[in-house]
Amino acid sequence: MSGSIQSVERAAAILRLLGGGERRMGLTDIASTLGLAKATAHGILRTLQQEGFVEQDAATGRYQLGAELLRLGNSYLDIHDLRARALVWTDDLARSSGESVHLGVPHQGGVLVVHHVFRPDDSRQVVEVGAMQPLHSSAMGKALAAFDPVVRTQLLAADRPRFTARTVTGRRDVEDLLEVVREQGWASDLEESWEGLASVASPVHDRRGVAVGAVGVTGAVERVRESRDGAVRPALVAAVRDCARAVTRDLGGGRFRIN
Amino acid sequence: MTDKQSNSSRGQGPYIAAIDQGTTSSRCIVFDKDGRIVAVDQKEHEQIFPKPGWVEHDAAEIWTNVQAVVDGAIAQAGLSKSDVKAIGITNQRETTMMWDKNTGAPVHNALVWQDTRTDVLCREFGRKGGQDRWRRETGLPLASYFAGPKIRWLLDNVEGLRERAERGDILFGTMDSWVIWNLTGGVNGGVHVTDVTNASRTLLMNLHTLAWEPKILEAMGIPESVLPEIRSSAEVYGQAVGGSLAGVPVASALGDQQAALFGQTCFDEGEAKSTYGTGTFLLMNTANKPINSYNGLITTVGYRIGDQAPVYALEGSIAITGALVQWMRDQMGLIQSAPEIETLALTVEDNGGAYFVPAFSGLFAPHWRSDARGVIAGLTRYVTKAHIARAVLEATAWQTREICDAMAKDSGVEPTTLKVDGGMTSNNLLMQTLADFLGTPVVRPMVAETTCLGAAYAAGLAVGFWSDTDELRANWKRAAEWTPDMSEEDRADQYRKWLKAVERTKGWIDED
Repeated sequence: MSGSIQSVERAAAILRLLGGGERRMGLTDIASTLGLAKATAHGILRTLQQEGFVEQDAATGRYQLGAELLRLGNSYLDIHDLRARALVWTDDLARSSGESVHLGVPHQGGVLVVHHVFRPDDSRQVVEVGAMQPLHSSAMGKALAAFDPVVRTQLLAADRPRFTARTVTGRRDVEDLLEVVREQGWASDLEESWEGLASVASPVHDRRGVAVGAVGVTGAVERVRESRDGAVRPALVAAVRDCARAVTRDLGGGRFRIN
Repeated sequence: MTDKQSNSSRGQGPYIAAIDQGTTSSRCIVFDKDGRIVAVDQKEHEQIFPKPGWVEHDAAEIWTNVQAVVDGAIAQAGLSKSDVKAIGITNQRETTMMWDKNTGAPVHNALVWQDTRTDVLCREFGRKGGQDRWRRETGLPLASYFAGPKIRWLLDNVEGLRERAERGDILFGTMDSWVIWNLTGGVNGGVHVTDVTNASRTLLMNLHTLAWEPKILEAMGIPESVLPEIRSSAEVYGQAVGGSLAGVPVASALGDQQAALFGQTCFDEGEAKSTYGTGTFLLMNTANKPINSYNGLITTVGYRIGDQAPVYALEGSIAITGALVQWMRDQMGLIQSAPEIETLALTVEDNGGAYFVPAFSGLFAPHWRSDARGVIAGLTRYVTKAHIARAVLEATAWQTREICDAMAKDSGVEPTTLKVDGGMTSNNLLMQTLADFLGTPVVRPMVAETTCLGAAYAAGLAVGFWSDTDELRANWKRAAEWTPDMSEEDRADQYRKWLKAVERTKGWIDED
């Protein structure tokens, strides 16, 4: 176990102990069971308590597992749950924007499309659920990387192939770009993945503030930008962000979150 | 849901307001001309269970809630009554109530469609001519759902009601009639009407003449004076009196499933819609012909626009679809939330040979076997919970296939595509399976609220807000489409196995 941190090991041992048969334990019992000095055990318990991983019963002074730990265990968001909750909002986004809508989650170094609403015209389209989009060039990928540190690390560590002349591949350029996305709360892909296609995406957060997915619209670049090299249409950005906020709210995410 | 409409991108007025008086709640949704939702308000009402099998609603509470959600939706959208061109009504079907026309007071709680207290009455009526005694006239079998026997129960069981009814003081209505009567003034000149779709669920209306059938009224002992006037589904019945929409025309009424058919713009023969909730209701447009079913379906009026010819429909219902997923979650504990069934099912390639027939309270359309009970067939040691999850989703798809087959047999028309709505349409695997098993494309429209939309469409047509059904069709947008991806041999082979599993459910309950 070289390189392991002793206090983290001891904290883990305390959590295991409290998760065992005897659910509530006093400080003396915890310290003696684990062979720790009472002061050491108390310090660790106090830190765990601050993080919400341990709670102390006010009457008896005994310790038990905290609510935060239970939340962590249950927080895994099922992608089909996410789709069910996003359904009405993404339908409305497709209707108001006149473009196709995708909902994606981070998956194996890319973005997995978990929901797709057709562009509301009579053209022939196929359901793209299950397809993957690249992290570094797609709007959903950038929106996720800007708000989720794990995805950001993946993006920076991975190969970033050039799909078009506009694909941003350099590490420093990508980092700058993610900074902008983080500040403005939305990302775009202006012919960076496919010639002629542009997208706008915004992240969806769960109740702990984690960016669990991104919602985006995709259309011909002429319809997404004000002019061929102009800004992204503000109404489109507003519609995408409205939709992302609505899904975030449905997931119990904070109403007053900045992005 | 309610704060969705802070949306800056919503269209310009004017608007149509639709009231959906449903089984568990009343809602009001305001739509713009493109059929987009502008505001929603909703209020649940109490489910009253006086005895096992009895289900009642307090109609006075329902009317209070309807007023509240109308006011709520209008306020939320920031509209005034001049912005709203018409009010449309859709409602839980068959739920029956009677009230005193002089006081407006209900004489009893409403008897809800699920209430089975009239089972015995229905058997008595069926002693002569059997369960299908009035099928030729009404399109319906004698069953406890329908309103006629419920009226008879009230007349027999509410003290003095028959005398008051014969004096002409009592009115009957399904929830459409109750809401319209109150909206248009109640004791002060409220109009007592129902529409052809609601009337077609009473067992009292002749499908061919669209009039109350004197022969049946006499056999059931129901005085004609209590019955509302039968009108079309889309015409101005009267103006709203009082409330935030005073003076606005009340211009449509449709039973909920018919409203969904209308909202899905199934205006041509052979167009069908299927609504996937706890159970499933599949309706197919059969144009101007009421088609008698010999395969366990119901014949019903689909809609009638003004004085145009009525459009009929065949209806098949499946008792257990979403309810089976809930059962997997609540009784079996195999999943935490209903959508997780898809996650579990996707961990395997196929059903592993397992078939699940959820005949929990017997087999309904098209088999009609009350002695059947649920079966999971084809179990081996290989089968895991994930295979069962697949079998659960496949059960919904195969049951839909059985209804479609019965419709094709009765009508000679194969449904060309199936338009779907309801909560389960978020399940991609189910939708693909449905397309595979039916061998036809399955299409989901962009607006999930097809029931309210149908009522809004009908009301808007009646006042000229929309010019014709072609304009409505242009509003219908495809959100997703699943095309069949299964060989004919596989489909036939698996269907055969499903039907074998169905056979194994039959005769489980011993007769007495």
